[in-house]
Amino acid sequence: MEIVTSIVAGILFMTATYLMLSKSLLRIIIGTGLLSHGAHLLILTMGGLKRGTVPLLDEHAASYVDPLPQALILTAIVISFGVTAFFLVLAYRSYQELGTDDMDQLRGNDQK
Amino acid sequence: MNNNIIILPIIIPMITAVLLIFFNKQEKVQKYLSAVSSVINIGISVFLVHYVHTNGIISLEVGDWKAPFGIVLVADMYAILLVLTANIIVFACLLFSYKIVDYNRSKFFYYSGVMFLLTGVSGAFLTGDLFNLFVFYEVMLMSSYFLIVHGNSKPQLRETIKYILVNVISSALFVISVAFLYAVTGTLNMADLSLRVAELGSSGIIAAISIMYLIVFGLKGAIFPLFFWMPGSYQAPPAAVTALFGALLTKVGVYSITRVFTLIFLQDIAFTHTFIAWLAVLTIIFGVIGAISFSDIKQIVIYNILTGVGVILFGVSTMTESGLEGSVYYMIHDMIIKGLLFLLVGIVFSITGTTNLDKFSGLIKKYPTLGWMFFIAALALAGIPPLSGFIGKLKIVQGGFEQGEFVLAFAVLLSSLLVLYSVMKIFINGFWGEEKIPQVLETSQVKSLYVPAAFLLALSLFYGLGTEFISSYIKQAEQVLLSPDLYIEAVLKE
Repeated sequence: MEIVTSIVAGILFMTATYLMLSKSLLRIIIGTGLLSHGAHLLILTMGGLKRGTVPLLDEHAASYVDPLPQALILTAIVISFGVTAFFLVLAYRSYQELGTDDMDQLRGNDQK
Repeated sequence: MNNNIIILPIIIPMITAVLLIFFNKQEKVQKYLSAVSSVINIGISVFLVHYVHTNGIISLEVGDWKAPFGIVLVADMYAILLVLTANIIVFACLLFSYKIVDYNRSKFFYYSGVMFLLTGVSGAFLTGDLFNLFVFYEVMLMSSYFLIVHGNSKPQLRETIKYILVNVISSALFVISVAFLYAVTGTLNMADLSLRVAELGSSGIIAAISIMYLIVFGLKGAIFPLFFWMPGSYQAPPAAVTALFGALLTKVGVYSITRVFTLIFLQDIAFTHTFIAWLAVLTIIFGVIGAISFSDIKQIVIYNILTGVGVILFGVSTMTESGLEGSVYYMIHDMIIKGLLFLLVGIVFSITGTTNLDKFSGLIKKYPTLGWMFFIAALALAGIPPLSGFIGKLKIVQGGFEQGEFVLAFAVLLSSLLVLYSVMKIFINGFWGEEKIPQVLETSQVKSLYVPAAFLLALSLFYGLGTEFISSYIKQAEQVLLSPDLYIEAVLKE
């Protein structure tokens, strides 16, 4: 199972890289979203996909699931959600102001 | 004994920032509240420095979860000295902002942004947990996205897009590196990590992970191949914000590299630390090339950040007593002096309306104080003996010689000359020569801008001349870096 999720994470990274290399700002933002999805899936995989019960002492089970990766993912998801929202607003605002979403035209130089 | 006081430098700016959001329309309240909170913060940091000096490292287990399992906040001397310096820089930048930032900008939460930035920076310095470090990085970055775009001018919008993109990618890399390290060791507490990684011995996977961390923190700290985003992004926002960024943000990256490579990744010093030494020297070289080639004063100072980062990292990479001591000295010096230089650039900009050296000259006749303040700051930056940069560079180069890295240490030494040339170029072309000032602001208006700059300059002078007084603090910071056992013991066995 770990192999499958690793491959899925790899595909997500690949797609994200492809999208981030494109010129359109919107595609780049979708790329960053996919990149963080890939990273989150990787954390889950790296913690080990164990079968077990919830990590509470009362359960008296033979095996428990490691809760830490899930806590990390939850935090990371919230953060990437915030950053993506900010990024989208910024993209909209700069499209209004600069009149383009093409990264080639956003290159800029010293003279503004 | 109650260690809860460690959390105050993080939580006070946070509460202040939240309060400031509610008072966004009252400019007076904004100014007083942020100033008072900043002063209280400095007071607490001074007390903490004193406390750590007498009692050694203190750590707080947040929520009373025992050490390797819960999040810990650790105040060792290095971290707490940097928290103090960061608070002082923020105070000076606030004083500067009171004059520069008008109501139209302050009502859109400018001061909240500064306070949230301070929350993130202090948190990143104080945390003893790797994932918590990531979280505080994000707090810091989120407020920096906000501050860099605040004002909505076209170059700001354009540069912010690139800045966010670079940082989103590096954050994703950070999460990935945390995941890898967690898979290998099963812990995230830095002290515990140090033990577990030492048990694993030197293996290829640890070396690979350590390089991933170098890339992640190097992107934030702007070391050699990863500094490409910095000149553009730091050029865009106004001077007070650039001063904050230049003094604090890159230093957080450098601090993290220092922390991680003196505490956790110590198995393969011959490979990793030599690698860092070469990157550090390349950073210095690219920094001075950039600083010499530009004729825009803001760009010159921005490229000097690179040189500073390189010098500090070279000190860390030597892993000798004097090298590490020098890097601590130089880190604090660099934070103060970069803050000061950007504030001075801000003053020049508000006088002339440009930062291009070709467009103005002869400032010194009308503004002698500014001229001489700049001159002393320039000498301190290059490390001329009685001033603050000297002792740090001396120790770092000494550390390099002790390690037998003669070529690299000479490169560090030579860079000082070129740094001096790059800032003297500003002095000679901008302050001397025939008087040509495009847009003269009232002299009385400019005078009030001198206050924060003079405050930082006095601090830098004190730091240089009072080395005797400071040295015992720096020594204590260096000891923890040199022998990680002190850190581990303080965190895990209370």
